[in-house]
Amino acid sequence: MVKTAGSFSRRITSVFNWVDDRLPISDFWRAHLSEYYAPKNFNFWYYFGSLALLVLVNQIVTGIFLTMHYKPSALEAFASIEYIMRDVEWGWLIRYMHSTGASAFFIVIYLHMFRGLMYGSHRKPRELIWIFGMLIYLALMAEAFMGYVLPWGQMSYWGAQVIISLFGAIPGIGEPLTEWIRGDYFISDITLNRFFALHVIALPLALLGLVVLHIAALHQVGSGNPDGIEIKERKGDDGIPLDGIPFHPYYTVKDIFGTCVFLVLCAFVIFFVPDGGGLVLEHDNFIPANPLATPEHIKPVWYFTPYYAILKAVPNKLLGVVFMGLAVMVLFFVPWLDRSKVKSIRYKSLTSKLMLALFVIAFIRLGMLGMGEGTPIQTLEARVWTFVYFAYFGLLWLLSKGEKTKQPPERVT
Amino acid sequence: MMKKLLILLMLFWLGAGQAIASGEGELVAGSGVDVFDEAARQSGAKWFVNYCLSCHSANYMRYNRLAEDLGLSTDQVHENFIFDNRRMGSAMTIAMDKEDAELWFGQEPPDLSLIGRSRGADWIYAYLRSFYVDDTGGWNNLLLPNVSMPHVLWEMQGIQRAVFHTETDANGNDTAVFDHFEMIRAGSMTEEEYDLVARDLATFFEYLGDPARLKRKAIGWKVVAFLVFLTFVSYLLKVEYWRDIKH
Repeated sequence: MVKTAGSFSRRITSVFNWVDDRLPISDFWRAHLSEYYAPKNFNFWYYFGSLALLVLVNQIVTGIFLTMHYKPSALEAFASIEYIMRDVEWGWLIRYMHSTGASAFFIVIYLHMFRGLMYGSHRKPRELIWIFGMLIYLALMAEAFMGYVLPWGQMSYWGAQVIISLFGAIPGIGEPLTEWIRGDYFISDITLNRFFALHVIALPLALLGLVVLHIAALHQVGSGNPDGIEIKERKGDDGIPLDGIPFHPYYTVKDIFGTCVFLVLCAFVIFFVPDGGGLVLEHDNFIPANPLATPEHIKPVWYFTPYYAILKAVPNKLLGVVFMGLAVMVLFFVPWLDRSKVKSIRYKSLTSKLMLALFVIAFIRLGMLGMGEGTPIQTLEARVWTFVYFAYFGLLWLLSKGEKTKQPPERVT
Repeated sequence: MMKKLLILLMLFWLGAGQAIASGEGELVAGSGVDVFDEAARQSGAKWFVNYCLSCHSANYMRYNRLAEDLGLSTDQVHENFIFDNRRMGSAMTIAMDKEDAELWFGQEPPDLSLIGRSRGADWIYAYLRSFYVDDTGGWNNLLLPNVSMPHVLWEMQGIQRAVFHTETDANGNDTAVFDHFEMIRAGSMTEEEYDLVARDLATFFEYLGDPARLKRKAIGWKVVAFLVFLTFVSYLLKVEYWRDIKH
């Protein structure tokens, strides 16, 4: 028996070697997993990169099954979703995995970005990783927005109407631009069809390409860590960073654990509260799109509401659009706005810590106000938090250079 | 430090949530609907088919699915729910013409397949109890003022009238505020009996909005249990590997 097993495994090895001579499988495995040295002090906040990848795969796989049954036509779209929910075997599960996945994606990405801000993951030499990450974020927002239009419910329709009309505020080219995006004078079957194309092929392709670039850039310079120091500066005689450990198996097993915890949380939403109290799937979106009946209260899905609150907080439409755009775009410049001597929040001044905390509160609070009905008191509050949001970036640039920092340790803690 | 900040943030979030929450006020109270109550679903389906299904369709629901989920046999469904030559696989459509409906009601009565998801069971329960005859002598509803739907269940509930009182709002304007209902003609049922009809209908609509919910939770517990076990095993695996790493 032993002899047979030996000859069998020898055969497997020889097949593998044959392929490996022609395709750099083992080189790739070594470079990116078994001999990619990551700092050994990753904490809770370092789970979200791999989780984002997991959710991306989930969205693509469930998306493929949804496209098998979905019909991208204004007449059939709404009914085809209900067909998936009721008549397709396990269709409800696939759809809930996709809709919950969309919200989970943003939760994971926001936490991942917060990690970056907190530990200076964007600082030199990791500026490009941050830039690619921001491009992923932009593509993801477009992807989510267009995906949201596909069920062709009232919020799909009117949300799209509001968001696309924002481009109309651009002087001169505004109106023709909105017509070009919609392919019609209003949101119609034509718009739905092109959003479907962009949602299922164009943007996912762009996302996948950007993710490859994001990870390639990361592996070129190596991962940061909560101490914000460079492990590559202290290497052993073997050329391996003293504080580095191979990504595989150490971080693969750790990420498997993180993935399991994450899946438990997602399963709770998928099986017990799939509409997330109206946050994951909005109540009004269970009413078919009706171009003749405007819903009382139009609002985007929760992950866009911080920007929506900023838009509503500015009294002028064009300026509102400008500020909303700036709120996203300013993030691209964070690697150069932060001029502190240290990368990690652990060694920054108390002012820096408070600023980051206020920024997070502003973002969350704006998100909540963006869901509100826009009463005068809510608008007033949104203005305050909009100011705090932008002040963060200004103060970051002004104060970070001269701030009093603590000395980071020589080795990771 | 970060942990404390996080806890603070969460507290802030919870507290602030109160300020933005809004709704239809005290009109929509808890209906006590339990979608897993099979008898309530069956009775709700009966009221739905007998009183709603001539004007409102449930286009996304099929009779055979209804039978399966209500614990009824094919014969029972044929006897109680299908009054023409339709087959079990048919959807719960109606014969009324869209143009006729618009002529008669001003607008086409909406399909009710998803009303439980867009409005919610509590709202439906309150809506069915809030019909009254207004000063014009026509039907009206507190939750959907000037609704074009007549009170089709009036024979059971009876006819009630809404009593309003005047309040001065913050801007100094007098507004009519609902006070209570006054029964002007008794129906065939007591108030409790009618409330039960409304609750059973709300239960049925809750089910109708997402039929998968009946089995979703049962599967959910198994999935969660499996994942918790997997989490435990993966934790042991992680600990085992990380034994090598000195901090």
